[in-house]
Amino acid sequence: MKQLVVVGNGMAGMACVEQILKHTPRFDITVFGDETHVNYNRVLLSSVLAGEKAADDIVLHPLDWYREHGIRLHVGVRIVDVDPNARTVTGNDGGVTRYDTLLLATGSTAWLPPIAGLDKDGVLVFRTLDDTRELMRRSGPDTRAVVIGGGLLGLEAARGLQAQGCQVTVVHLMPTLMERQLDPDGGHYLLGKMEDLGIRVLLGRTTTAILGNGHVEGVALSDDSCLEADLVVVAAGIRPNVDLAHKAGLHVNRGIVVNDFMETSSPDVFAVGECVEHNGICYGLVAPLFEQGKVLAATITGNKGPTYTGTVQAAKLKIMGVEVFSAGDWSEQNSEPVRYEDRALGVYKKVTLRDGRLAGVILVGDTSDSHRYMEWLRTNADLTDQRRHVLFPPPAADAGLDAAEMADSATVCGCVGVTKGAIICAIHEQGVNTLSQLKEATRASTGCGSCSGLCQELLRAVAPEFEEDARTVICACVPFAEDRLRDILRSQRLKSVQEVLDIYGNGQGCEVCKPALSYMVDMLWCGDHAEDRSARFINDRVHANIQKDGSFSVVPRMRGGVTSPAELRRIADVAEKYSVRMVKITGSQRIDLLGIRKEDLPKVWADLGMPSGQAYTKGVRMVKTCVGTDFCRFGVQDSTTVGIEMERRLEQLYTPHKVKMGAVGCPRNCAEATVKDIGLVGQEGSWQVVVGGAAGKHVRKADLLTTVVTSEEALEAAELFFQYYRESANYLERTYDFVERLGIEKVRKDTVYAPDNIQQGLRDRLHKSKARARDPWQEGGTPKHPTQFIPLHPVENTLA
Amino acid sequence: MSEHRWLRITECHNIPPREGRAVTVGRHDIAIFNLGDRFLATANRCPHRGGPLCDGIVTGTSVVCPLHTWKISLESGAVERPRTEACVRTYPTRVENGMVLLAVPMDPRAEHAA
Ligand code: SRM
Ligand SMILES: Cc1cc2nc3c(=O)[nH]c(=O)nc-3n(C[C@H](O)[C@H](O)[C@H](O)COP(=O)(O)OP(=O)(O)OC[C@H]3O[C@@H](n4cnc5c(N)ncnc54)[C@H](O)[C@@H]3O)c2cc1C
Ligand code: SF4
Ligand code: FES
Repeated sequence: MKQLVVVGNGMAGMACVEQILKHTPRFDITVFGDETHVNYNRVLLSSVLAGEKAADDIVLHPLDWYREHGIRLHVGVRIVDVDPNARTVTGNDGGVTRYDTLLLATGSTAWLPPIAGLDKDGVLVFRTLDDTRELMRRSGPDTRAVVIGGGLLGLEAARGLQAQGCQVTVVHLMPTLMERQLDPDGGHYLLGKMEDLGIRVLLGRTTTAILGNGHVEGVALSDDSCLEADLVVVAAGIRPNVDLAHKAGLHVNRGIVVNDFMETSSPDVFAVGECVEHNGICYGLVAPLFEQGKVLAATITGNKGPTYTGTVQAAKLKIMGVEVFSAGDWSEQNSEPVRYEDRALGVYKKVTLRDGRLAGVILVGDTSDSHRYMEWLRTNADLTDQRRHVLFPPPAADAGLDAAEMADSATVCGCVGVTKGAIICAIHEQGVNTLSQLKEATRASTGCGSCSGLCQELLRAVAPEFEEDARTVICACVPFAEDRLRDILRSQRLKSVQEVLDIYGNGQGCEVCKPALSYMVDMLWCGDHAEDRSARFINDRVHANIQKDGSFSVVPRMRGGVTSPAELRRIADVAEKYSVRMVKITGSQRIDLLGIRKEDLPKVWADLGMPSGQAYTKGVRMVKTCVGTDFCRFGVQDSTTVGIEMERRLEQLYTPHKVKMGAVGCPRNCAEATVKDIGLVGQEGSWQVVVGGAAGKHVRKADLLTTVVTSEEALEAAELFFQYYRESANYLERTYDFVERLGIEKVRKDTVYAPDNIQQGLRDRLHKSKARARDPWQEGGTPKHPTQFIPLHPVENTLA
Repeated sequence: MSEHRWLRITECHNIPPREGRAVTVGRHDIAIFNLGDRFLATANRCPHRGGPLCDGIVTGTSVVCPLHTWKISLESGAVERPRTEACVRTYPTRVENGMVLLAVPMDPRAEHAA
């Protein structure tokens, strides 16, 4: 077999090798890569830096893949020389390797502009996994970072560094950001969004020198100002790696020149990826290199025929919450521009048309239509008929139509080059039902991931048993699915609502997201966080339920619905002393004192001497019990004692929505446990633990979680479910929706049937939260804020 | 236009950031909000059904009434949600020596009544 030597273990090289392996085997393959890793997805380094992905998550070809295909892999070896006559390459380890065919896939390196002091410690680039790790190592809450360059890479670096805690300033030479992808208006919208994230941007300035004694201390700018900095990231552009090509005697301009068959000027040497120049263009994105790889694989394996004719360039910014898309030629020279903008929403769209066809597009703030434009660009479609609908498509008759309308040959995943037809095939032939299976089967959506929405849509339309990850976005202020947000808060160690809003949201928040975020930080950090009362509903600021006239109601905790003569006497006294407008037995076996003024709340609580029943909050309400074995002639379990114990263990904890419980001594179910969020139903010799019941807006019979023998086991099962609900439900999702959505089988699998370490984790986190929880009514004596309960008394009054 | 008087109301720290507090001055029930960089004041009665605006959640430069989530601009007093002509009165504010001041209209009848 012929010896194929590949220099460069990167995305283009391995994508091409993957294609070569599809043809009849004719090569013994050896790969050299100077990085010390297997091939990974470079595009996702931005996500690694932003803490959204781990290094392990971005591996494209694990070691096993090389092994399975008999590929000799040399990592950490840099090829330093080529001898085209002897047909050998030499590594920096001294090793000499002979080739019949040489494939250069050397990519590019960061370009360093001529700035004095670039050799100082703390000046880095952002190109490899090692660079990324180094950036993360040097980042922290007190780190001041300056990013030189306001293009795609610079902005993603800036956002990532900020997620790592740095204070970030971007210095950009041009008067607007991403000027290669955006017109000045688009750049302006983007600027606003970056600034909203809290990233400082200085435009129209160059960096003239890096300051510092050995280590970076600052940068000097062309306007004679200076910025203090501990870290400088240079993201000013890239240069193709062409040294070896020169040594191999190839025709090189800016990149290694190749023709439409991907041939260089030498019959033995080929090149692919960012290091090549085709038709005068050096690409800096992944989509072209996949297309090139396919053509080259055909040429190199003796199947010469397919040609590479260039790729429509499209760019998407991968910063969550900052949607930017640009493709084609959007300049307005000799074209007809169509625009739309909404300053308040931060949405800007522009398409340019030439001869009735789409020439280019810019989308800022809403990129949901990007695939439609890509398709029009790729197929050079005649849009004369659709002229009125180029910015806003006519409303679809039914959901999924958009995907249904696409031609089978239309590309869904631009990065990897997967068509709609290939996806449909995979769904039918390989039984694909989920997005992750689809990724596995076709690699679609494994590049930048921006086509995942479209893939979902296709799955929904075609897959017989499509399963969707349940995701809901709380509101437009923080446009993330809740499970995503929980991950972000956890990985970024965000512990206050305002921080989340500043970094991931619009900086303001609203009455919908603020309470949800308050719950999230509280649940995740179990009291190790900065509680922000301003983010909570009034009920949770003063621990009582606001009424229609602005007064409040007070429901003391009366565990299990059991009280005593002394307690009742105190309640009666309070009712008289504060002229309570109504004393009422509630539907939850407790007593409500209605119509109390805010300023009287602390006194009422003190006089009652009972803990808060938390009837005003999304938290643990009560456990209704029946009289059980103590008194009832049918009772077979001690529901009163067990119910009171359950209330003690879970009370004072906050939950996604209110949690109401019940414990009954026999299946006659007098305290209605089977329509509670958690119910314990006594049986002869056992307890049934039931969850997800409801008898409010909806009526739903609870599902059986488990049947256990002892009361302790019943309580522990309830605790497991309780903490699981706290951690995985969406905000304002009652257990009846939560259990219904997941299915009781999954709930069981994740709780009572879960492995020991998972169960222990749930218990530990529950106990940690519980240890930090306290009776909110204690604040009556030690208010959180001096004017928490009282109105202001003006220092001066007109009447005084 | 009625005359107004600047009155010293309370020390700034008595109103936590992004929260409101109620104050009664003469016959005016007023809600004062701390927006972090400034204080804004409106009548403390929601134009819908009289909800206490001081107890609402602040979002940007608006407040959301705690009773039925009407949204009111603290700068102009206009109701931003739902669409309606209704609005609440606003009161000019300023900060001096760590003290919040309100400009409250002189109301001869109220003074007289006292
Ligand atoms: C006081 C009480 C009625 C009574 O006089 O008995 C009551 C009063 C209110 N209920 Fe209730 N519920 C009361 C027992 C119930 C029950 C019965 C029970 O707990 O066994 C239910 C059905 C069970 C359930 O929770 O599903 C019940 C289902 C609701 C619902 C519908 C929940 C659902 O998703 O189905 C709401 C609205 C909501 O939460 O979104 C609600 C909301 C309310 C609110 C908090 C409305 C509000 O947001 O202001 C009422 C407060 C009135 C006030 O001004 O103080 N209340 N509410 C009961 C207090 C119980 C306690 O001691 O804590
Ligand atoms: C942070 C970041 C984000 C990006 N985001 C996007 C995006 O959203 N969308 C997009 O389309 N593109 C994106 N890109 C660009 C994309 O990653 C590149 O286009 C793609 O990786 C190029 O592939 P390549 O194989 O040509 O080069 P590379 O992936 O750079 O691979 C070349 C490999 O060869 C090695 N090598 C070079 N010379 C030698 C030698 N002499 N001996 C041995 N080994 C050698 C290099 O170390 C490297 O490992 C991004 C790039 C970065 C850095
Ligand atoms: S049923 Fe509940 S929410 Fe409805 S009026 Fe009665 S107490 Fe209020
Ligand atoms: S009283 Fe304010 S919204 Fe109804």
